Amino acid sequence: MTQRPHQTWTDYAILIATTIALWQLAWYVAGSEAITPPLQTVLRLGVLMDSARFWEHARATAVAFFFAAALALVGGLALGVAVGSSRAAHEILTPILGTLYSIPKIMLYPVILLVFGLGLSAKVAFGAMHGFFPVALFAIGAIRNIPPVLLRTARVMHLSRLDLVRNILLPAALPEIVTGLRIGFSTTLLGTLMGELFASSEGLGFMMIRAMDIHNVPDIMALTLLLFVVATAANISILAVEQRIRSHGM
Amino acid sequence: MKHPGLLRLAIVAGAVLALEIACRSGLIDRVTMVPPSQMVAALVRMSRTAPWFWSDTGSTFRNIGAATVLSIVPGFLIGLVIHALPRLRAVLNPVFMSYYSVPTFVFYPLLIVIFGINSASLIVMGALFGIVAMISATLASIDRIPRVYGKVARVAGLSPWQKALRIQLPAAIPHLITGIRLAVAYSVIGVIAGEFIIATAGLGRRLTLSYNEFDTPNMYGLMLLIFIAVAIVNSVLQRWEGRVHVRWYGRR
Repeated sequence: MTQRPHQTWTDYAILIATTIALWQLAWYVAGSEAITPPLQTVLRLGVLMDSARFWEHARATAVAFFFAAALALVGGLALGVAVGSSRAAHEILTPILGTLYSIPKIMLYPVILLVFGLGLSAKVAFGAMHGFFPVALFAIGAIRNIPPVLLRTARVMHLSRLDLVRNILLPAALPEIVTGLRIGFSTTLLGTLMGELFASSEGLGFMMIRAMDIHNVPDIMALTLLLFVVATAANISILAVEQRIRSHGM
Repeated sequence: MKHPGLLRLAIVAGAVLALEIACRSGLIDRVTMVPPSQMVAALVRMSRTAPWFWSDTGSTFRNIGAATVLSIVPGFLIGLVIHALPRLRAVLNPVFMSYYSVPTFVFYPLLIVIFGINSASLIVMGALFGIVAMISATLASIDRIPRVYGKVARVAGLSPWQKALRIQLPAAIPHLITGIRLAVAYSVIGVIAGEFIIATAGLGRRLTLSYNEFDTPNMYGLMLLIFIAVAIVNSVLQRWEGRVHVRWYGRR
């Protein structure tokens, strides 16, 4: 990742301008039946955000996402570090985790509904399920990729297992772990929203599926725009932290 | 560790057995989940007697296959182009990063307006979901090619095409396989999610129908089918990935 170009404000400006231009063009081609043009979408979003109902839904999503992310990040990290620091556990368990990760979790929504019913716990479970595996797998990869010479040094110095984890494994593995956390953040958000789409009666995802059911194109577009902007902003902030860790260490 | 595979098998078998016991003893009630043995039985029964089984299964897997190809090949080519244009890459970077935080299938209604309620909509949905993973993997894989390979190509006097085919592609393959695995996984999600929302055929639709009819055994039978298919494809790709990694980086 040494060649990742640094983001500049010009890049954002180009991205936004091009998106708006292509979007407007797509509207000319596809028509209002399919999408709404940029300005109308922003205005519609403004109207939506003016209602108290919208903020209730947004709050529901935020709460569900918070719990799901906490479960996925903490749980994934704990399992990842545990499995990653033992070669045997890695060889036995990592393929199982990889297979579980590759299951299209969306097909499990009926199970989640049956187990948790409609509501907060279903959304949290769905979100956590999406974020947990990438966090764990990245943590395992991070630890397994540590240069063996560091471990040999630790052995020579007779470090205890706790010291080994704290002073060698974590600092060496941190950059890749943070990458995993960023991806886990994204997939947890995706999972929470999907949980709301299919297994909820409140939240932004629920607003979305309701709009989809009655083919309310302006609302679909406005909510998608909002989600994409929020997700991008969050990702950019986490990436900034990640780059700082990569360049300075902790 | 002499037999990690055997131990792994034992762990999975133990988990399945535990589930079987929990279901049969009533710890988990029958509406929520049926024992694994009954999932298998339901799957076998459906494959023998249900008139829709083979056509719906075929339609879903055909769509997933088409979506995967449509995300891997164009994804790789687009990745090459973007890698050659650092400015474009810098501009697009935020899109790649946040693409998978947003459920892209909210655009499915748009696709239905354009293509109609049919396989084309589902295939495009799956491909749209998979392609960004492939583009990102392509970018990352070219990034990781050691610079010295480029120097070797120059010293050997290779043409750009020769360099691309004989140096860059082989050197990028370990990470490209990761991209292919992700593209498959995301294409599956895109297609199945589309079938959940609106479809006239396919396993996703059958799954929703059986859920709505409280037909728990068939619901789990269908999930098992999707799971087995995904697990087989994934383990084949994983094994390939492992072999290529060993060839390139040695055993770890």
